[in-house]
Amino acid sequence: MKFEDLTIEKVHQGLLKKEFSALELTKFFLERIEKENPKIFAFLEVNRELAISQAKEIDEKIITGQKISPLAGIPCAIKDNILVKDFKCTAGSKILKKYIAPYDATVVKKLKEKGVIILGKTNLDEFAMGSSTEYSAFGPTKNPIDLKRTPGGSSGGSAAAVAANLCIFALGSDTGGSVRQPAAFCGIVGFKPTYGAVSRFGLIAFASSLDQIGPMTKTARDCEIVFEAIKGKDEMDSTSIEIYSGKSLTFKSLKEIKIGIPKEYFVKGIDPEVEKVVKNAIRKYEEMGVKIEEISLPHTEYALPCYYILAPAEASSNLARYDGMKYGIKEEIEGKDIFEIYSKIRGNNFGPEVKRRIMLGTFTLSAGYFEAYYLRAQKVRLLIKKDFEEAFKKVNFIFTPTTPTPPFLLGEKLKDPVLMYLSDIFTVPANLAELPAISIPCGKVGNLPVGLQIIGPLGSDFQVIELAKFYDT
Amino acid sequence: MITEKEIQHIAKLARLNFKKEELKKFQREFSKILDYIEKLKEVDISKVEADFQKSFLKNVIRNDEPKEKLKLEIAKKLIEAMPSTQDNYLKVKKVI
Repeated sequence: MKFEDLTIEKVHQGLLKKEFSALELTKFFLERIEKENPKIFAFLEVNRELAISQAKEIDEKIITGQKISPLAGIPCAIKDNILVKDFKCTAGSKILKKYIAPYDATVVKKLKEKGVIILGKTNLDEFAMGSSTEYSAFGPTKNPIDLKRTPGGSSGGSAAAVAANLCIFALGSDTGGSVRQPAAFCGIVGFKPTYGAVSRFGLIAFASSLDQIGPMTKTARDCEIVFEAIKGKDEMDSTSIEIYSGKSLTFKSLKEIKIGIPKEYFVKGIDPEVEKVVKNAIRKYEEMGVKIEEISLPHTEYALPCYYILAPAEASSNLARYDGMKYGIKEEIEGKDIFEIYSKIRGNNFGPEVKRRIMLGTFTLSAGYFEAYYLRAQKVRLLIKKDFEEAFKKVNFIFTPTTPTPPFLLGEKLKDPVLMYLSDIFTVPANLAELPAISIPCGKVGNLPVGLQIIGPLGSDFQVIELAKFYDT
Repeated sequence: MITEKEIQHIAKLARLNFKKEELKKFQREFSKILDYIEKLKEVDISKVEADFQKSFLKNVIRNDEPKEKLKLEIAKKLIEAMPSTQDNYLKVKKVI
């Protein structure tokens, strides 16, 4: 039995037919991590003993003939801003370098109940702020397809781990594209659910009105299995909701489906080769029977500046809790009063991008600027939402490129923060409008993967995944 | 361009200490980002009412009753995580 190219379904079948044991599979991945991780640095921490003991439990169930879930025995990885009990949870930051999670995030609890095997925690841009995983305090992750390039971010560790076959699937978090952009850069599937569809309890907060946890998988079918397992209302997260999960809309006939192509996503700034690959993928869907229609989302160009007011504003508030007093680090700092000590600890332990965003958020929320920036951005957010509502009166789904370029070189955008921000230009609107959006690998430029993004109306998560499944090969 | 004095004021509000040599670079980058978000001023928002309500959300209320016995294990771990403690209390420098 070859363990390459295994999907969740294939593992499940293999385990049931006793072609291999969960222990053999887990050991295979642990060995791969040992060999490959020094090159790509996808994992920050691996817990060998725990993974092996989890695998043995699953094997015991199989041997004794107990029923197992499709996720039982599946080795996976969790982004290091999601709490896994007794694992360190650093969020890629020095300020949490010694923090050990005292409980499981709801998504982790749900996955554990299904019997997944958690191999370890994956690298990310500090507090999920970044688009290349280069802002991790512990060093950059590299793209397994081309080690000179970035895997994207902020869930770059999770994306690289799946793409390099160091696990079967991973969880990421997506505030402005942090699941979809790295998925596109690494040639895998990444899904951001409708806002609230997945509980955020145990996710280290970045921008609470935008954050969502999402699956990162090899196929859209796998994405469906993971999403099914982690979704749902949770009393520990008041913003969580139960989305419509009936799959009656199964597209028996793709001919009834209308796809909108927003003209604002195919303008200057997009790499012509990426455009070609994405248009090819759209043509393939057309050949399957869907109708393609050009649409307009007039406020698209304002989505990114809008995001860079709202997300840092929320971040500046969410990150106020890291003062070095309660957890995370132990530092003896002298200062004339407690405020000076806070400032020194925060100044020494936050990285450059996190500092920029805390400063930006503090500025736009400060007296005299609130109306000009924050309030205005809230209003623009509503206009962007409205653009989508109007569009979904005419079409069922929207197709766009996930990113304007293929994966860029390590270091390429570090000198210019705004240039880095621009790599999320096509993913940010779905977060602002709270919509479900998936990125699927749809072709290549040279050897570099390109992602197609499918955006659906609020709550159409299963339909979005269903449509993506037609592209699974 | 935003002045160094303004940066220092925001840094104070944000409880962030900047080293002298960091400040110049930060000022430059910060100004560039501010220029970029200025773009939002082009949008006509005169007809938009601010509405912070999320699409699906309604208020969630419940009686203020403990649901489970206090999870002592978690409480213990939270205290263990504190850098400095005295008799199970968090120990910090004088605040007022």
